[in-house]
Formats: sequence, structure tokens, C-alpha cells
Amino acid sequence: MSIDGTTKQLVLTVQEYSLFSWRAFVNLFRPPIYFVDFLVQSDVIGFGSIPIVVLSGFFTGGVLALQSAATLANFGATAITGQFVALTMFRELGPVLTGVMVSGRNASSMASELGSMVVTEQIDAMRALGVDPLRKLVTPRIFACITMLFFLTILADFMGILGGAFVTVFMNHQNSTQYFSNAWSSLRYSDVVQGLVKPLISGYIIASIGCFYGLRTTGGTQGVGRATIDAVVWSSVFIIVADFFVTRIMLFLFS
Amino acid sequence: MNNPPQSGQSGQNAILTNENQAPVLEFQHVSIAFEGPAVLSDVSFSVAPGETRILLGPAGVGKSVLLKLANGLLRPDSGSIRLFGEEIATMPEEGLFPLRTRIGMVFQEGALFDSLTVRDNVAYQLIQEGVADTEIDERVREALSFVGLAETFSLYPSSLSGGMRRRVAIARAFIHHPDLLLYDSPTGGLDPVTSTTIIELIVKERDVHRTPSILVTHRIQDAFTLSTHFFDTEKNAMVPYPKGTIDSRTTFLMLEEGRLIFDGSLRELVNSDIPFVREFLE
Repeated sequence: MSIDGTTKQLVLTVQEYSLFSWRAFVNLFRPPIYFVDFLVQSDVIGFGSIPIVVLSGFFTGGVLALQSAATLANFGATAITGQFVALTMFRELGPVLTGVMVSGRNASSMASELGSMVVTEQIDAMRALGVDPLRKLVTPRIFACITMLFFLTILADFMGILGGAFVTVFMNHQNSTQYFSNAWSSLRYSDVVQGLVKPLISGYIIASIGCFYGLRTTGGTQGVGRATIDAVVWSSVFIIVADFFVTRIMLFLFS
Repeated sequence: MNNPPQSGQSGQNAILTNENQAPVLEFQHVSIAFEGPAVLSDVSFSVAPGETRILLGPAGVGKSVLLKLANGLLRPDSGSIRLFGEEIATMPEEGLFPLRTRIGMVFQEGALFDSLTVRDNVAYQLIQEGVADTEIDERVREALSFVGLAETFSLYPSSLSGGMRRRVAIARAFIHHPDLLLYDSPTGGLDPVTSTTIIELIVKERDVHRTPSILVTHRIQDAFTLSTHFFDTEKNAMVPYPKGTIDSRTTFLMLEEGRLIFDGSLRELVNSDIPFVREFLE
């Protein structure tokens, strides 16, 4: 494809995605609202993602404690391991890592599920039966993903602190009270706000991109594969890009 | 034997005209293309109340596209499409949903929702409308009995054969007593016995409820059966019209490379001297 064609395609995709995500968002405030579908998706996205969030959060906190303690030991400052782990988990790794993990699991699942429905004409059948797939399939997923990612991030933060505590107490043989006290006292209101705003944006990115690529699937089963790859790649990339801008805005607001 | 329905007529003046009745669906100079040559070009025809239009043509001439245009699943590049008297070519998607609830569509492969049971598939529209569960169960059983699949009520589509899926899709299209039926190759890829069962259901719906319809097919034998048979309610079976009689409300359209080259009755079709029509029939 020529540069001209590629640029047009890119602009068209951005335009389609913007219209798509806006329509999906405003549908939340207009009937019919599919609350049961929201609950089902919350179960799939939220409860289904708990094991990976627990494991990745715990071991990330543990790795942070291992790495930081090794470096901090050079300055005789291993006592602030708790602070280091807590701040890093709450501000950055908790929200971003949870976003990327949930994206890998759920953006792919949304894209492949909706993509399969497209290629087997189930989406057309839904439209032909007078049901708007955007309201029925996309809006519940977006709001379930936003809601659940918020709580999953809190869980990941908690597990990260626990993982750090495990390494600090059982491997580095430090005092647990010192670790927890240091972690607790170092956290400020701005850190918590920053860490909890990010999953709201990441949740929106994961579900909207997953559904967008799913619903624009073409080319049969191969197309479903391509849609799944695109959904995971672009949602992960945009989570990190959005993280940069949110961090910049938050630092500006709380400075 | 039950008498054939009024629409069964013989002779050259057999075809009833519907000039006094507003068409259910009307295409005027409709064209559409997808990144290449036109799939449909300047297509005009109409479907009158009670009329069955059989759309013939080989694979890839735009038959399914035409059907999707008819209920607004696709938008034409130019031309006008009037459905139940309303212009849908430029209608916003949200305006189309209420109109689509008046149409029953049977997709090529059935397009059943594989995560739902047969009951929930057939009742999909009723569930969305918040109809009570007891009424849903009753209407689903009635629709499934109509297609002879009452025993599949609790099964999932994956456990059904291709022909059974197609019949469940027909039950889903019939349950709402639609004002227009669209069949997209309902017998495509099925064995002759199952195909006849499906055609019998279509004839039954045509003769019992008089629902106007468009049926897309490339199987000429199915088209002929539809035109030469009627549903005998006493025998509860499809039977042939007396010799020389055809169903006057079943008429034919034929597409060739996106152009409508034929619009007329069975007799006009078999007597046509358009080379493509002759080639297709032979």
C-alpha cells in the first residue's frame, strides 16, 4: 500500500475508533441498559482476572524489594525498602502492570469473541433482530472493564506490598513492622489518587480497543487472529502511552 | 385434498398484479461497491404484500448483499430503498432497529448465537422486549413445532446438524410473525431431503401466513418447487398444484454481475430468451 493509502487508512481508523468509543460511552446513559450483561462481563473480567493479578502483583512487589534492597544496601538505606515498594506499586507498577495483564487476557478475549461473531454473521443477526450490538456487547464490556480494573489495581497494589514484605522479612531478614510502617507513612493522597485514576483510563482503553478490533474483523478465521493480535498490541501500547500523560498531568496538578 | 390457495392460477393471465397495494419493499436505482467494481448496479424492483420474490443467480453476483441492503445492514452508494413506506438508505442506524423488528431474516449458515440455547436463540427478540418467561416458552415451543424441532428446546446450536440449525434459524425468523421475510440461501449446502424440508417450511409460511418474502437461492429446483407447490393444511404437507398451475404470487428476479436482468413470473422465466437466463436454467 502506498504512503498515501496508509495515511488515509490510519486517519480512517482513528476516526472510526473515536466515533465508536464515543457512541459506546454515551450509550450508558440512554436506555436500553443491559445491566445483566454488565454483571456477566464484570464476573468474566474481574473475578476471572484475579489469579493473574494476585500472582503478578505479589511477585512484582517481591522483585522490587529484592532489587531495591540490593541497591539501597550500598547507602545503608535498606530500611526504606517499604517506602520504595509502596510508592512504585501504587504510582506505577500496580496500575500499569495490572492494565497490561488484564489487556492480555481480556482485550484478546473480547476481540476474538466479537470477531468470531462477525465472521459467523451473529453480529448481523443481532442487528437484524433489532438489537444494537454496541449497546448489547460493547457498552457493558467497557463499563465492566473500567469498574473491575479499578478494584483489580487495588488488589495488585496490596499483593505487591505483601510480596515486598515476604522478601524483606523472610529473605532479607528485616523487621516487618519497619517495612509496613515505612510503606504506610510514605504514601500521600496524591500517590493514591494517581494510582487509582490510571486504571479508569486503562479499563476504557482495553475494552474499547478489544471490542473495536473485534467488530471490524474481516477475512474469516485468519481475520479473527489478526484482530486479536491488534487488540492486545494496541491496548498495551496505549496503556503505557496514557500512563505517561496521566503521570505528567497528575504531577502537574499535585506539585 | 384442500383447495389450492387463491393465488394459484393457470394460463397466461395467471399473475396477479399488485398495482393497488403499496409495496412492502421497493428498490429504486440502487448501486453499491466495496473497493472495486460495483457489486450491485442500478437495481430496481419491489415486493408487494403477500408476494414471494425468488432471487436467482450464481454465487458472487450480489444476492446476499441485496438482502442485507433490504433491511439496512448495508447502505447503498446511491439509489433509494423504501421499507414499509420509509426511506432507509439514509436512515440513521438507531431508526432502523424498530423497522428491523418487523422483519424476519434467515442467514446463509443460520447465524445462531452459539453461546445461547435453542430456546434463547429463537426467543432472542422476545427476551429483549421483556416478554414474560411463560409466554416466551409457549411461543418458542409453537415456533419449534412449526419447523418440526420441538425436541431441541434446551439444546445448544453446536449439538445440531446443519439442516436443524437452518430450521431453528427459520423458527427465530417466524416467531415474531414478521411483516417481511428474507431468506439468504436457506438450502445452501444441504442434502436434497433436508432442502425439501426447508422449502416445505417456506411454502407453509407463505401459504398459511401470507408473509411477503425474498428468497435468495442459486438452486433452480428449489425455486421451481416454490412456484409449483402449495401447502395443504388438511394434509399438513406441501403438495403440487394441478398440472399447468403455478403460484401467481411467487415471482422471479435474476442477477448477473450486479445487474438485474430479469423480473417476472415462472412462465416468463422459462420462456425467456436472455442468454444468461437460458444458460442458468440449462
